[in-house]
Amino acid sequence: MAVKDYLSALILIAVVVFIQLATKATDTSYYLTQLTMTGYYSLVIIGLCLVMGYAGQISLGHAGFFAIGGYTSAALTTYNLTPLLEQGNGLVRFLSDKGLLISTLNLYGEAVLYVNPWPAAILAVILTACIAFLIGIPVLKLKGHYLAMATLGFGIIIYRVVLATEIFGEADGISEIPGFTLFPGVCVNGDFGNRVINYYIAWSLVLIGVILLLNLIHSRVGRALRAIHGSEDAANAMGVNTARYKVYTFVISAVFAAVAGIFLAHYNGGIGPSEAGIMKSVRYVAIVAIGGMASMWGSLTMGVLLNFMSLRGMFGSYDDAVFGAIMIIIMLFAPNGLLNLPVWQKISKSIADKEND
Amino acid sequence: MALLEIQKLNRRFGGLHAVNNVSFNLDQGMIKAVIGPNGAGKTTLFNLISGNLPANSGTVFFDKKPIHGLKPFQIARCGISRTYQNIKLFPGMTALENVMVGRHVRSKAGFLSGMLNLPSSWGEEKEIKEKSLELLELLDIAEFADTEALSLAFGQQRAVEFARALASEPKILLLDEPAAGLNIYETAEIARLITKIQGRGITVLLVEHDMSLVMDISDEIVVLSFGEKIAEGLPAAIQKNKEVIQIYLGDDDA
Repeated sequence: MAVKDYLSALILIAVVVFIQLATKATDTSYYLTQLTMTGYYSLVIIGLCLVMGYAGQISLGHAGFFAIGGYTSAALTTYNLTPLLEQGNGLVRFLSDKGLLISTLNLYGEAVLYVNPWPAAILAVILTACIAFLIGIPVLKLKGHYLAMATLGFGIIIYRVVLATEIFGEADGISEIPGFTLFPGVCVNGDFGNRVINYYIAWSLVLIGVILLLNLIHSRVGRALRAIHGSEDAANAMGVNTARYKVYTFVISAVFAAVAGIFLAHYNGGIGPSEAGIMKSVRYVAIVAIGGMASMWGSLTMGVLLNFMSLRGMFGSYDDAVFGAIMIIIMLFAPNGLLNLPVWQKISKSIADKEND
Repeated sequence: MALLEIQKLNRRFGGLHAVNNVSFNLDQGMIKAVIGPNGAGKTTLFNLISGNLPANSGTVFFDKKPIHGLKPFQIARCGISRTYQNIKLFPGMTALENVMVGRHVRSKAGFLSGMLNLPSSWGEEKEIKEKSLELLELLDIAEFADTEALSLAFGQQRAVEFARALASEPKILLLDEPAAGLNIYETAEIARLITKIQGRGITVLLVEHDMSLVMDISDEIVVLSFGEKIAEGLPAAIQKNKEVIQIYLGDDDA
């Protein structure tokens, strides 16, 4: 990370803490719910920012990776394995013996057996990474419009699969997802009393994510990615295995989306097919664009602002229309992002000039 | 000793035989130029050697090892580096960063080490920066290290591209029309740079239109016309070669 990034990271921590204290002081801690969700969506945004802004590729299928993560973890932690155990299923017995299952009583007092959220989450991340890898190898050979269309196709497939599969709850999605106990006493769930801790869990993940990605951007690999963005031919001629680098980057950003999906599913206690929808993918792309593509902090700022407004229902029923409109307006008037508009650069330049005086 | 051996290389584009059975050797330490009129297949030949285009047939041996069929990044790792006729610097990156990308093959830090900013990569990163700065100094453009590469003058951009190509410490440097778009002063400067590069023990193969540059600095010349090699030899001999004069100046009866 560059010096400027350390400063920005400190500002992020300060803002996160300030907001929490402010909501406490003004007795508006209900805002923390949307702010927590915003944090998880921000994880998707920064991961996508790496792919779009730095490696110069596009993905219109990131809601798909979010959904694969969230749905896998949700299905594993809600699917009752008791009948399978009674039938003598070897795999279930093995998992049970290894302590990877949780048995509780359901609403009707019957014994139920679920996969523990930890192994479920790990499996969900691995599954997402594998799918991203397998999709990425052929798809990332494409460029521009073709890549956009191919990833869009992937997103549509995932959306229709969750909508049509019984274990994923079809149109209803999955509900009553148990909390995810990260370690004793710290649980990702929607309980009232856990609101503050969950807010900090979400934003700690965002902070860790931003630091990891900024480190990457300022490393040898990050330079190679920016080189690929600039001229793939020349990067390849400089010895960069461009195909591999693009796929790895794609996988990393898919894992970010999957982690967001897993945590949000456990936090909300439910996940529905709209999370896998095309409009969600479009929204992520729009936010990265408005943030200035190659700007982690810009994307993060815009992501927080817009996702929070959207989650608070400020755009009403026109939610998706707003994001569509944002996309058009940004492409027309601020293709380098809202924070890179000439007016801001003038302001920051005049500030710098003053400091030099 | 031949460092690069090109044997019966062929490339067709539909009905056009862009490179037709071309063979020649490039000896260690020399500057060799490939010349020929427009459309003679010079750049295609370059793209075949650097792996940007697959050959239809023929072989390329580098240091006795076959490199035909390898991808450009693999060929770069073998020790062959190149520049482009229409400069391909990385936009949005400074001159120094551009050159630092050139050291990719001489460094190792991967994704994990990058994300975690592992101390093991710090030394390497420092070395990348130092060596890259050294090269900018060698090419007299150190003062532009922190300037965005694409905002530099054309001649300076070419020098950055040279530095980037040299950063991988190549055994062979492929220069695709290094004087294209340059005025006579800048061309003279490029000539000086190329001989400086040769002085560091790097073998140079260049494609060039500028005859005075070619005649001044080349140890040997290969002449292509319509994809075929029509002559090869010392500059003095090439200048007197009837067939070469004919393709450049036209037939008497024309």
